[in-house]
Amino acid sequence: MADLVQTLITALAIGSLYALIALGYTMVYGILKFINFAHSDIVVLGAWISYTLSSKLLPRLGLDPHNPVTPPPIWVAAVVLILSMIICGLIGFVIERLAYKPLRRAPRLNVLITAIGVSLLLQNLGQLNFMFGASPQKMPALLPGWEIATLTFSDGESARSVVINLVDTVIFATSATLMLLLQYLVFRTKLGTAMRAVSFNPDNAALLGIPVDRVVSFTFVLGSALAAAAGFLYVMKYPGMNQPAHTIWVLLGLKAFVAAVIGGIGNVRGAVLGGFVIAFVEQFGAFYISSNYRDVYVFALLIVILLVRPTGLLGSPLREKV
Amino acid sequence: MPRDSTQSPQTRLTPANSGFSGTTGNAWYGLFPLVAGLAMATALQFILPGAAGPYYSRIVIDAGIAIVLAVSLNIVNGMTGQFSIGHAGFMALGGYTAGILTHYGSMLLWGSAGRHGGFLGSGELLFAASCLAGGLISAVAGYVVGLPSLRLRGDYLAIVTLGFGEIMRVILQQTGRVIDDAEKFRSGGLSQLIPPPVGGAVGFDGLPKYTSLFWVYSLVTVTVVVAYRLKVSSPGRAMISVREDEIAAQAMGVDIARQKVMAFVIAAFFAGAAGGMFAHESGVIISPRDAGFQRSFDYVIMTVLGGRGSISGVLIAAAVLTALPEMLRDFEQYRLIVYALLLIMMMLVRPQGLFGIHEIWDLFAPFLRRQQKAAP
Repeated sequence: MADLVQTLITALAIGSLYALIALGYTMVYGILKFINFAHSDIVVLGAWISYTLSSKLLPRLGLDPHNPVTPPPIWVAAVVLILSMIICGLIGFVIERLAYKPLRRAPRLNVLITAIGVSLLLQNLGQLNFMFGASPQKMPALLPGWEIATLTFSDGESARSVVINLVDTVIFATSATLMLLLQYLVFRTKLGTAMRAVSFNPDNAALLGIPVDRVVSFTFVLGSALAAAAGFLYVMKYPGMNQPAHTIWVLLGLKAFVAAVIGGIGNVRGAVLGGFVIAFVEQFGAFYISSNYRDVYVFALLIVILLVRPTGLLGSPLREKV
Repeated sequence: MPRDSTQSPQTRLTPANSGFSGTTGNAWYGLFPLVAGLAMATALQFILPGAAGPYYSRIVIDAGIAIVLAVSLNIVNGMTGQFSIGHAGFMALGGYTAGILTHYGSMLLWGSAGRHGGFLGSGELLFAASCLAGGLISAVAGYVVGLPSLRLRGDYLAIVTLGFGEIMRVILQQTGRVIDDAEKFRSGGLSQLIPPPVGGAVGFDGLPKYTSLFWVYSLVTVTVVVAYRLKVSSPGRAMISVREDEIAAQAMGVDIARQKVMAFVIAAFFAGAAGGMFAHESGVIISPRDAGFQRSFDYVIMTVLGGRGSISGVLIAAAVLTALPEMLRDFEQYRLIVYALLLIMMMLVRPQGLFGIHEIWDLFAPFLRRQQKAAP
């Protein structure tokens, strides 16, 4: 029972990260109909920018970032989070303008290849010495190590307790807040209506006076900001940061992408559902079957879902017009 | 999508204008490229190592393996218009299969895992057969991976191939240690093959180093000839029609699912055989990382730069992109940045690749045509 609850907590925290990243994939796919391979690299940038910001900010407050005696005040985490979301949003804007906008009318395959190019570029630029460098770093702890609650389970003679950490709670709460805000934005505001209109039919949307280019740019900014938040939260939970081109980052992005596809790519609610489904399959598979194959479960689930329901769990069936 | 005509200009050799005639002429026309390629491979084998030394020979071998992988990937990505980003998965599968066969096969046949026999000796024949077997196993995997194309298109199929490569990588990491003791292997039962003793995450070390210029360039010859004959034959035309417009192709009676699966099977076969060569190359230890998407992306970049559908273009791109990093050793950390910029610029400026759908000899077509007109 204790193991079950522990796995559940981890799955919820990881699942909300996958969901945050998947939202970026799904929004871009919904509007431009291409897989933004560079999205996972925005997550990496978000993480590394948070690292750079906090290792610059903490010494100014008289704290040693690598050997914290007292945890920094809670607003530092919030400032770092918001700053890295803004910076990554700007980077997303620039990428869209320079690399994707000229290809708006090009075949989808070309855009996909460009996205792979942008992804390689970001990874390897990030590895340069004057950027983040090619060696792993340790993220300073910005959140105090509080325990929110302790649950104790006893089975007959022995009792085991499960601790709910502040980190997991913050991850879940931040992601949930951001997702609810996005939900509100997409379904309740004029801008969200414009986004959905562009996604439905860009030409008609343009005829109706919707500034398509601005809506697309805004989508990129939004997706990149969410990715940055996910990157920040990820390194809060796992402070050992790998260098920007490390496989672990690409796998994180890939799994989030799988989440978007499983939920039905282009569907905002589907991405959230997919994120949690992936995390549950991965965590429970890792715990109850074998942790060596945790990536295999995710990709196997992807292939099964694609074969049984090619448009994902919540996706609407495609109709092809000749 | 700009639809350029898939017919190459009237410059390719046909039996009618090749100077050969009759049945022998046809057979000779078909065999000539193969014979020429094998002769070139033999010449390379005996001349290059002496003339240029082991360092350059190794680069030429690497380039040959990259050519086979890029040209075969081009059958899927360029000719059939699908997007496979799991080609390295097929390569690794073939490489490991061939490795098991030569390593443990030599132990059973000759009692030791080392190199056996000289040029074209019994060891090399076992190696060639193993590469062939690796190709066949990969082709079976290609069939399985190609099957979802019955239901999936474009991006989704790309994700499935990506998933295949990643699954290969993870599974290969979970394999057992290599058994180096021939006596122990011969006396042990079949149970020691589960999990396969191919080295896990560190890679399959200790394989006999059979890969030579002759074998690699023989494979290059076969690959290029098959790809070219496919391109100008009716099955290949059917593949190209799938690339140009699936719905129109279907309306013309092309079985599009069959064409896609066939493209995957052919491409996977050559990737598997090339993997066998790669695994037995000296200085290389094939490891699970070789199945990952980073390697797959390398070959995607080669096909994109060369021109999707152009065999000679992809061949040149593969050779150049293999040799270039060696020359730019000092700029190692900038290599992938340059690649990435090349890729983006290419898509923005010349999305069809350097040669587009044309072959390099099509560049000379205008001159040839003028001559033909002037002749009569």
